[in-house]
Amino acid sequence: MAGSAKGGRFRGYGIVRRILSTLVSMVLTFLGLTIVTFFIGRVIPIDPVLAIVGPKASNETYDRVRLEIGLDLPLPVQYWRYLSKVLHGDFGTSVITSQPVLQDMLHVFPATLELAVLALIIGVVFGVPLGVIAATHRGRWQDHLVRLLSLFGYSMPVFWLGLIGLLLFYAKLGWVEGPGRLDIAFDDIVPTVSGMITVDALIAGEHDVFVNAMQHLVLPASILGYLSLAYVARMTRSFMLGQLRQEYVLAAMAKGLSGFRVIWIHALGNVWVQLITVIALTFGSLLEGAVLTETVFSWPGLGLYMKNSLFNADLNAVLGGTVLVGVVYILLNLISDLLYPLFDPRARGRS
Amino acid sequence: MSGAPLLCVRNLRVTYPSAQGDTHAVRDVSFTLGRERLGIVGESGSGKSTTGRAIMGLVPPPGRVTADELRLGELDLCRLSERGFRQLRGRRVAMVLQDPKYALNPVMSIGRQISETHRAHVGGGKPAARRAALEMLEAVRIRDPERVFTLFPHEVSGGMGQRAMIAMMLIANPEVLIADEPTSALDATIQTQVLAILDELVRGRGMGLILISHNLHLVSAFCDRVLVMYAGRVVETCEAGKLREAKHPYTRGLLDALPELGRRRELLPQLQRDPAWADGA
Repeated sequence: MAGSAKGGRFRGYGIVRRILSTLVSMVLTFLGLTIVTFFIGRVIPIDPVLAIVGPKASNETYDRVRLEIGLDLPLPVQYWRYLSKVLHGDFGTSVITSQPVLQDMLHVFPATLELAVLALIIGVVFGVPLGVIAATHRGRWQDHLVRLLSLFGYSMPVFWLGLIGLLLFYAKLGWVEGPGRLDIAFDDIVPTVSGMITVDALIAGEHDVFVNAMQHLVLPASILGYLSLAYVARMTRSFMLGQLRQEYVLAAMAKGLSGFRVIWIHALGNVWVQLITVIALTFGSLLEGAVLTETVFSWPGLGLYMKNSLFNADLNAVLGGTVLVGVVYILLNLISDLLYPLFDPRARGRS
Repeated sequence: MSGAPLLCVRNLRVTYPSAQGDTHAVRDVSFTLGRERLGIVGESGSGKSTTGRAIMGLVPPPGRVTADELRLGELDLCRLSERGFRQLRGRRVAMVLQDPKYALNPVMSIGRQISETHRAHVGGGKPAARRAALEMLEAVRIRDPERVFTLFPHEVSGGMGQRAMIAMMLIANPEVLIADEPTSALDATIQTQVLAILDELVRGRGMGLILISHNLHLVSAFCDRVLVMYAGRVVETCEAGKLREAKHPYTRGLLDALPELGRRRELLPQLQRDPAWADGA
């Protein structure tokens, strides 16, 4: 009625404003992130000059380098120089690899992405239905089983699960391949396109490489996926319980729809709206959780790279990795904001 | 009232068991419904909504429904399985809920929600359901059915939402409609409009209507007969026009407590409850 005739223009305005405010908050978050990494770089008890010149350098060399990297300048000026470097993709050079940090990260990040994407798929594909079943069978054995499964999932340390998994499925049963991304025999067969070996193998049509890569990938991805499953199932259950109490569920039943339709179409349609943020944040935590998993599985990804950099006081690499993970979080927030209108018509601007 | 009753209820009881003992939400309620408009009034918690839900098999567990007789036409609802109830809901008995803001699914278009009922009961696929839904939207006096069909619940007013709700519930031609406070979430002017539409459809299709409300004025003006419920029991049944002559002290108390234009009173009398009413005195 009056809604769309009067509201049309304002709704169009609303969506522009929403995009603008998202962009502004993205920029602010990014600035905050760089301020934090900048100060970590200044506070941490590692002398950046000493790291470059080495302990045997003379005092003159030390002072010259100190001036060269601008440590005598006031802090705001130093921050400004740091920010403009970061914006140009210059995170400095890694001490361990003697390569630009950006290049290192572009090399290791796809490995982590591959792991996290598969883990997320496992977590959502199994976690959401399990959460729904737990909610619709509240208080019965199905509910208890799912809750036990989730509780186990987020109480067990991931490195312990990883070790047990390796012991059982690799050493004892031989169902999967061991640590690393590929057997040595398969190295360097497929050209790097995306950096994700499974994807690259598919692009090159190398079936054997794909199978071998999958056999390496499936165990660490399942273990990470189990962690996200635990969280996704728990959240789905509680969102679903909330939706099942709503009047529209009663109305859908009163229309004579099957229980299946009421639960999996009507109620779950509303649960997805709430789940988007949860899934986006889960994906972010998978990238972090990868540190331990990658160490256990010798998976040459961002987690392993950051761990090695930390243990070797490779400051540039650590800060670069921190900025990268932060940027991924910012992008995930953006993506979930953009996904909302797909699942929720109330977030859609309609002309 | 004409012909055999559509709905026959004898000694309906709804009980919720709990650790502190059973709660009797509905106790020995009996009535019959023909092609008429039956009002059920009573305060919150008097069991009027639960009575409506029991007829549709929608009392949530662990609630227990028993009755000496619960019949819809020739069909015995006491022995009906969940599957049987599913075929019955929407097709033979439907229910309009109080607030369209909550009773319509916010993420599904109005058109889809209306055609869904048609597809579940009548069949004939998507195009047929769409045509039927557009006709139904016209029947509830929506001027631009094509446009409203594509709208989502948050995009329409309360009155239009409630008309969409009526369309959704009547599209499969049920015999009995239970309207549970269908207008109490609406503005006073819209209330009359929606009731007029409801009345027209119910009469035109020869349906039986159960109007559940706490509004005595509305029920006495709109219905043919009125049941007054208190603490899960029917304490009084009377012709709607003769509600003023009601005998039961609870009904008298409710009527006394109604404010009236042109009759000034220092204090509205308070309802003096007699514990004996709850025991069916």
